Amino acid sequence: MLHTINKSPFETLTMETCFRFLQPGDPVLFIEDGVYAVQAANRFSPMIESLQKNNPVFALQPDLIARGITAVAEGVDAIDYDGFVGLVEEHQVNNWF
Amino acid sequence: MENENVKKIMHVLRHAPHGTIYTYEGLEMILIMAAYEQDLSVVFIGDGVYALKKGQDTSAIGVKGFSRTFMALDGYDVEKLYVDQISLEERGLSEDDLIVAVEVMNSEKIGRLMKEQDVIIHH
Amino acid sequence: MNIGILLKEGPYNHQASDTAFKFAEAAIKRGHRVDAVFLYNDGVTNVTKLMDPPQDDRNIAARWSELSQKHGVEILACIAASKRRGISDDVLVEGSAITGLGTLTDIAIRNDRLVTFGD
Repeated sequence: MLHTINKSPFETLTMETCFRFLQPGDPVLFIEDGVYAVQAANRFSPMIESLQKNNPVFALQPDLIARGITAVAEGVDAIDYDGFVGLVEEHQVNNWF
Repeated sequence: MENENVKKIMHVLRHAPHGTIYTYEGLEMILIMAAYEQDLSVVFIGDGVYALKKGQDTSAIGVKGFSRTFMALDGYDVEKLYVDQISLEERGLSEDDLIVAVEVMNSEKIGRLMKEQDVIIHH
Repeated sequence: MNIGILLKEGPYNHQASDTAFKFAEAAIKRGHRVDAVFLYNDGVTNVTKLMDPPQDDRNIAARWSELSQKHGVEILACIAASKRRGISDDVLVEGSAITGLGTLTDIAIRNDRLVTFGD
């Protein structure tokens, strides 16, 4: 199941709440303000790193670029809308707000 | 035998009831979908658990109250009501504070249920 | 693959409408059928033709209208949510329509995916 998160973890608990329900192997895609979570070396970087032990992590590239985020946490895969659709092809979706 | 034409649809209520309309309109959606004989479940996570709090009275804030509508869900055959245990506990609430009978579940179990769904809608 | 989209926020105030549109475009480009975009909550205000943004900005209602006409995507606003917010047949852009939540249920049932965009 693909989980998308569109909120900055600095503003809401959406990301941390979502993480409690993840199953091993579920991909996580950060979109919109959610992409602030994967900026390298922020307060949530350790959480993103440990998330990747069991879950592939993606961020929507157009949202990263729009926000001037160039340094992304290691292992996070930046994808475009085409890649977003690709993930939806492979998984049912759980869109968190 | 499981009917392949029946979809598993989960509604996730995550907002407190009166500050925004999400819970109220979410409930409207649930009531309509209930007529379609799908495998519906409703999960309360985060501030969504406040929607079930006993003793709500909205008369003085000028908005329509709807907490009692949750009691009608059973009559619409919506029987799968799940509450996230951590969300309930961290708000200092217990099952006794809730207006309807629910199943309190840990996040792991709810997470596994989520993975079985065909459709999940957050409100 | 058949994909339904549920859009729960209005235009401009949130990015949800823009992301939903970009996603729909990309899905169509990859050869999928986007069956419908169902508008709920403030999402119903995506399709009022009274919207008149500055010239240099996107016109979100017109964009949904174009998507509908070009690719046969149904753009459907929930009737109960529309009535609350003053959206009626008189103000709809071409290619959009007002319908009930039963239609959303059908969309959820008949498509392989229902992807939600909101806030």
